[in-house]
Amino acid sequence: MTTQVLETLDLAIGYRRRTKGDIRLAHGLNLELQRGTLVGLLGSNGVGKSTLLRTLAGRQKPLAGRVLLAGQDLATLSPMALARRLSIVLTLAPQPRLMNGYALVAMGRHPHSDWLGRLSADDHETVAWAIKAVGADDLADLPQAELSDGQRQKLMIARALAQEADIMLLDEPTAYLDLPRRVETMQLLKQLARSAARAILVSTHDLDLALRSCDQLWLMSDAGIITGAPEDLVLDGGLGKTFSAAGITFDKRIGSFVLDPPAGPRVRVLGEGEPVLWLCRALERSGFTVCGDAADLEVAHRQNGAADTWDLRLNGRASAHATIQSVLDALESEPIWQTR
Amino acid sequence: MSQLAGEPVHPATAVGNWRQSKPATLFSSREFAGARPHVLLIMLIALGALLLLSLALGSASIPFDQILRVLLSGEADQPAWTHIVLKFRLPKTLTAAFAGMALGVSGLLMQTYFRNPLAEPFVLGVSAGASLGVALVVLTTGVAGGALLAGLGLAGDLLMTAAAGIGAALTMLLVLLVAVRIQSIVSLLILGLMFGYLVAAMVSLLLYFALPERIQAYINWTFGSFSGVTNEQLPILAGLVLAGLLLSAALTKALNALLLGEDYARSLGANLQRTRIGIVLATALLVSAVTAFCGPIAFIGIAVPHLCRGLLASADHRLLLPGTCLAGACVALCASLIAELPGNNLVLPLNVVTALMGAPVVMLVVLRGAQGKL
Repeated sequence: MTTQVLETLDLAIGYRRRTKGDIRLAHGLNLELQRGTLVGLLGSNGVGKSTLLRTLAGRQKPLAGRVLLAGQDLATLSPMALARRLSIVLTLAPQPRLMNGYALVAMGRHPHSDWLGRLSADDHETVAWAIKAVGADDLADLPQAELSDGQRQKLMIARALAQEADIMLLDEPTAYLDLPRRVETMQLLKQLARSAARAILVSTHDLDLALRSCDQLWLMSDAGIITGAPEDLVLDGGLGKTFSAAGITFDKRIGSFVLDPPAGPRVRVLGEGEPVLWLCRALERSGFTVCGDAADLEVAHRQNGAADTWDLRLNGRASAHATIQSVLDALESEPIWQTR
Repeated sequence: MSQLAGEPVHPATAVGNWRQSKPATLFSSREFAGARPHVLLIMLIALGALLLLSLALGSASIPFDQILRVLLSGEADQPAWTHIVLKFRLPKTLTAAFAGMALGVSGLLMQTYFRNPLAEPFVLGVSAGASLGVALVVLTTGVAGGALLAGLGLAGDLLMTAAAGIGAALTMLLVLLVAVRIQSIVSLLILGLMFGYLVAAMVSLLLYFALPERIQAYINWTFGSFSGVTNEQLPILAGLVLAGLLLSAALTKALNALLLGEDYARSLGANLQRTRIGIVLATALLVSAVTAFCGPIAFIGIAVPHLCRGLLASADHRLLLPGTCLAGACVALCASLIAELPGNNLVLPLNVVTALMGAPVVMLVVLRGAQGKL
């Protein structure tokens, strides 16, 4: 069994216009998706992630080149044949009225059922399996209207799974979800890629989450798409370059983008551990530059029994503070800001 | 992710789990949990009762056993009764039933396709097209000469039917051409509405210059009626309506997929282009047939689908299509009965009755929808 299920040959994507020439978002794309892998599609807003997904899903014609699904040209497949090979999940989960979760997931069987959409015993088994696989057993018999965004999206993923297509394309499925739900969804997708042997391509703006859960990243920028393992892309600077913008830098140590340090008053921080890490963040947030060689401003952390104490030394004067807020307040009232 | 700990085994890969595929009983499966398919049976019984009632009641009082005798043996004790039942009540009853089915189902098609609870068959400009056809015939023949002036009789009726049918069919053809080119649902909706305004203005213009008695004839047509169809015309109406219903039935699966929106419907294998054409064609058949023979009958198309969703507690078209068929026929028969209350020579305009019945339903839907939103 080959593992490659999707391949693009010199694909160019964009929009055709009758006058004024085509809008070409990317060209010369030679990409591939493998069974059992979760691929994250990252890129700035407007760079063409959705256009790429629409083109791969057969929703939009390529400007040039071809998309092959298991060796067969996408353009030659009938809608039904395509639906058996490729399923999608969109950002917004629909809220159909008067339909329970089970019926929603059962829609995924459409490409396999008869003209009335009747489900065979096998179809029912597949639907039940898909619901179980996403952990939505408790949602199956509830009306759609009573579910949260995250629960609905879970059912939409189950529906895509029940479609039994090798390829799953998801367009920012977690955009409207809270952080725990996003983590859960990405973990679920990673798990499904393995256990159900699907090739899953998910576009997301969640860089941190993508770095932690995807097997591969496609980084899309105006220059094209670069692919690779997330860690390789971090180390060779590809990730930093993709999202390069004035005022932010990719910090390879913590694996996320940070604001360029402002040129504020310099402060030395003494101590270690979590309290100090968060003190540094508070100081940076307030416009200070944390460095080791500041002479006239210093904050030291001291464990005082169970409580934290902060010793502030400013131009030779010393004061003790119980909270970070108190430290910040004390700094705010000093005239050091005039030196900015 | 604790629920993922015990990984479910895919049925296709589970050894010894393979079994012969056979369709389960349609409405018994879990996807219909909460729905009330048995309501279809109640609707069927109600339809039977209303059909008999419609045959039994009228300005002339005929004993009920005589009605049954006419139906079973074709002959009543008095020839006049046979004549009344077979020549007047039977065609009127069947016309009401077919018209109700057609309007209910086309309303459902439009509401699903436009994903708009207030869509109805006439938003595509069908009734506007039909009324223009009728207005052209009725309002201008007076100008053309006296030949058709006496033609408010049989020839005039036929001409009006043909004009309405041609007007409605041409409008739908136009919409069909546009629907193939224009992908956006909202654009199609707006074009339909604008076309309706355009035609309404032309009709107003014709009315402005028309003779008063001609205007009266036109207005009578706009009232709508199930009584104008003869036994000879009935097969044409029935044939067109049945063709439209069959086409709608063939679209069942695509209509269900459309509940998730166009993008998802496409990804589930629905051929949207074909579905769009199918929906417009089915609506054209259903609505132009009814409008041609009965006039522009309002509100049944918009109210019946809502009624059915509520009664059947389902959005599944496998329930809703037969449901709107049955309920549409029931509502039309009710309206027809109310319009010609027995023991009373007064006959109310059909559209007055349907609007009086339909408007409260629509208001209720809007008010309940507003509550459900937040």
